[in-house]
Amino acid sequence: MAKLELQNLSKSYSAKVTPLKQLSLSVEDGEFLTLLGPSGCGKSTTLRLIAGLEPPTQGEIRIGGRDVTQSLPGERNIAMVFQSYALYPHMSVYDNIASGLKLRRVASSEIRRQISEVSLFLGLENLMQRRPGQLSGGQRQRVALARALVRRPDVFLLDEPLSNLDALLREQVRAELKQIFSQQNAPIVYVTHDQTEAMTLSSRVAVLNDGLLQQLDSPRRIYSRPANRFVAGFIGTPQMNLLHLDCNRSCAMLGQYKIPLPVGARSLSEVILGIRPEHVRLVRPGDPIVIQGEVVVVENLGMSDLLTVRVEGKPEFVRTMLSPDQSWSGKSIKLSIPPEMIHWFDAQTGNRVSDATR
Amino acid sequence: MLKSPGKLNLQQQEQRTGWLLLAPALLLLLLVYVYPILRSFWLSFYSQNLGTELKPLFAGLDNYQRMAIDGRFWESLANTSFFTLVSVTLELGLGLGMALVLNQAFRGRGVVRTVALLPWALPTALIATTWTWIFNDQFGVWNDLLQRLGLIQTGVNWLGDPGWAIWTVIAADVWKTTPFIAILLLAGLQSISADFYEAHALDGASPIQSFFQITLPLLLPQIVIAALFRFAQAFGIFDLVQVMTGGGPGGATETVSIYIYATIMRYLDFGYGAALVVVTFAGLGLAVLLGAWSLSQLRRGAS
Amino acid sequence: MANSARSTAPRLGLWLAVGLILLLSLAPILWQLLTSLKTTADITAIPNVYFPRQLTLEHYIDIFQRQPFLRYMLNSAFVAVVSTLLCLLIGTPAAYVLARLKLPGEQIILTGVLIVTLFPYILLFLGLLELVRNFGLANNYLALIVPYTAINLPLTILVMRSFFQQLPHELEDAARVEGYSTAQMLLQILLPLTTPALVTTGILAFIAAWNEFIFALTFITRDSMKTVPVAVAQLSGTAVFEVPYGALAAATVVGTLPLVLLVLLFQRRIVQGLTAGAVKG
Repeated sequence: MAKLELQNLSKSYSAKVTPLKQLSLSVEDGEFLTLLGPSGCGKSTTLRLIAGLEPPTQGEIRIGGRDVTQSLPGERNIAMVFQSYALYPHMSVYDNIASGLKLRRVASSEIRRQISEVSLFLGLENLMQRRPGQLSGGQRQRVALARALVRRPDVFLLDEPLSNLDALLREQVRAELKQIFSQQNAPIVYVTHDQTEAMTLSSRVAVLNDGLLQQLDSPRRIYSRPANRFVAGFIGTPQMNLLHLDCNRSCAMLGQYKIPLPVGARSLSEVILGIRPEHVRLVRPGDPIVIQGEVVVVENLGMSDLLTVRVEGKPEFVRTMLSPDQSWSGKSIKLSIPPEMIHWFDAQTGNRVSDATR
Repeated sequence: MLKSPGKLNLQQQEQRTGWLLLAPALLLLLLVYVYPILRSFWLSFYSQNLGTELKPLFAGLDNYQRMAIDGRFWESLANTSFFTLVSVTLELGLGLGMALVLNQAFRGRGVVRTVALLPWALPTALIATTWTWIFNDQFGVWNDLLQRLGLIQTGVNWLGDPGWAIWTVIAADVWKTTPFIAILLLAGLQSISADFYEAHALDGASPIQSFFQITLPLLLPQIVIAALFRFAQAFGIFDLVQVMTGGGPGGATETVSIYIYATIMRYLDFGYGAALVVVTFAGLGLAVLLGAWSLSQLRRGAS
Repeated sequence: MANSARSTAPRLGLWLAVGLILLLSLAPILWQLLTSLKTTADITAIPNVYFPRQLTLEHYIDIFQRQPFLRYMLNSAFVAVVSTLLCLLIGTPAAYVLARLKLPGEQIILTGVLIVTLFPYILLFLGLLELVRNFGLANNYLALIVPYTAINLPLTILVMRSFFQQLPHELEDAARVEGYSTAQMLLQILLPLTTPALVTTGILAFIAAWNEFIFALTFITRDSMKTVPVAVAQLSGTAVFEVPYGALAAATVVGTLPLVLLVLLFQRRIVQGLTAGAVKG
């Protein structure tokens, strides 16, 4: 009904400052798209362009097939939840939620009905006459949500809405957000730098870096098949091991160990081997790829130990997650790298090397 | 990059609104600040006085030549410089002390801050009458206090004595404007993080050492700003002198502004008055530029 | 700085300094107040009589009955209030533009605004005097209202601009996304939030306008239109033989009273405004 489409969207302030380059994507009704990336990657700029708070330098924005690139923010029928919530401090909670409807000249009985519905839904009934200054952080967040929901907009925009909550509350509100927005039948665009939020909430994730779209995929595939070295390193904690290796006759050389390259990487002279710490395990008989090394650092993560292992005969480190049932410190251990868990990237371009199996 | 015309219009529209909102303020500032200075500049090349029946006659640089040999002008300039230098220095020193005191934690600090602010807020012309009364030769309380303390035998005519008169004006000015400096410096003091002092104290520094090594350097920008403000104001001092001494006795307290005012309003010599305005403006501008330059150097050094 | 709290000697020094500040700040004002309440005999007694032997209101009655002092007060109030309101009306939108919109030449305008705060009024009065004559504004309140509005503009612009800059950007963004037009946003969202800053700025502008001397002295010559500072200054000059010390003191007390009240009520705001105006530049 109100599909959001971005076409070749670019924004530049000067020749050197170009926060967004040629972004094209579309978000369907009810779809939850997260823009994920480090600060300065262009995700907030994208959101501001969609909202109309800044004009794009180039490109087109369409909502429900309607070109809104030149429309004022108020004409786009968009609702936005801000990082600081941006509640009007001089208005009561009720007036804050009602303000957008009042501007659209909705009858006051209708406003009252809709607000009571939304406030019941969010548990705000008893706060209606308070000022934002008298609310807790979590309550303010709900009011900001209510102000967006009550508008029944064509598109929801959320700009890091959880970042001002403390860690405990954040997890709880995250779950609530998921529930609330699963019932909304409009495109939802969510901006965050927190990959857990992106993974848990989204139906699709767009990873941005340096103004460029790196990968647009489901959370599962972003994790299991990162499109390039940046995504591989950005997604997942602890970070994926990324080893820069020389190639020799269709094998990558990790110290004295030879690791066979997939077909697509046979012509390369250098590759990057990516393996997630949770996929590196202790050796078992019959394992094809085995490396040995000395444990230099042990970090206790509670459910497991994160070990940093110096690969024998190489100045490289590999990190692995092992069960904390014994003391690893200072030991020399043998590790196995399961071939099916390896991600290969072209060292030159950083792009994923297509697997031979596919 | 290509820009579609519609978007340009949106931006243009915003700018037009901006200029529209800015215009009344800018016009008023131009009218009251810029026009008078330009007008004085123009007029300074004309003779317009009782001799020309108040009609402007082109006179080239006559006014400026006359100024060069006008002993009264140079004397007023010397008076102004003396007054400015002494009062601003005293005000900075006392203002810093006051700020340091008001920055301490003590009971009733809010009340003390309020009281300390009072002198700044009161009308200078009225304050001038207050100090005239204090320094009155017959009934003044200053004479009485000094006599009671045995410091003088008979009353001194403070305002009537060419040597003392300027000091009465300085006293009044210092009393009135020290709070202003104290407020600016207090804000500066409050912006200095306590961490610096704690770290410095852990290094074994005494409070006096931290004053010279932390407080003073970090406060320097505020001190320069306050000095700049006060310098400009003191250099143009008018109401205090006009009411207290009128420039007397015998021109001993005549500042440039008093001389300009008299030239224009009493002698009706507009051309020469304009030339005085121009020269004062130029001198002041030069000094302020120097101050602003040193401030920018300071800020560059700090960042 | 805070570590002196425990030792007594620095503490004693602090209280001495505080006492000195209080004494020096208040003594001249209190002396004027005492003088205004003394009989003329007490005022001119030698050696000085410090505390009135007999309290009297004769000097206050004098200035209100034999002098039109109420009239002067109303003149000052009228000119100061009107120019303050005008100044806020003109200066606030300008401050908003300078804080939020990116206009070409903005930096030059700001620098200019900052520089004119340093101009002494003596440099302006000749040019203004001509304007006042040419427009026939002598003995017209406009001759004061216009310059007073202008001389308070730089401070208003600087203080209000620093206030607008402190307001979160997202508030305006939220309003625009919700569909507020620029005018609606300014009036319904920003203006209510601006009220405290407007009060602060307004107080500073009022004080400056109430206290102004040289323009009031030059442009207004009709006695019934004079403002308080000029009227008081000329009170001492009018009597040739005997200076009316008591009346003068009473006039000073009455003329400063509105300002004393403002300071007592709004000390915190005045300090905020002054520092915002000066330090941010």
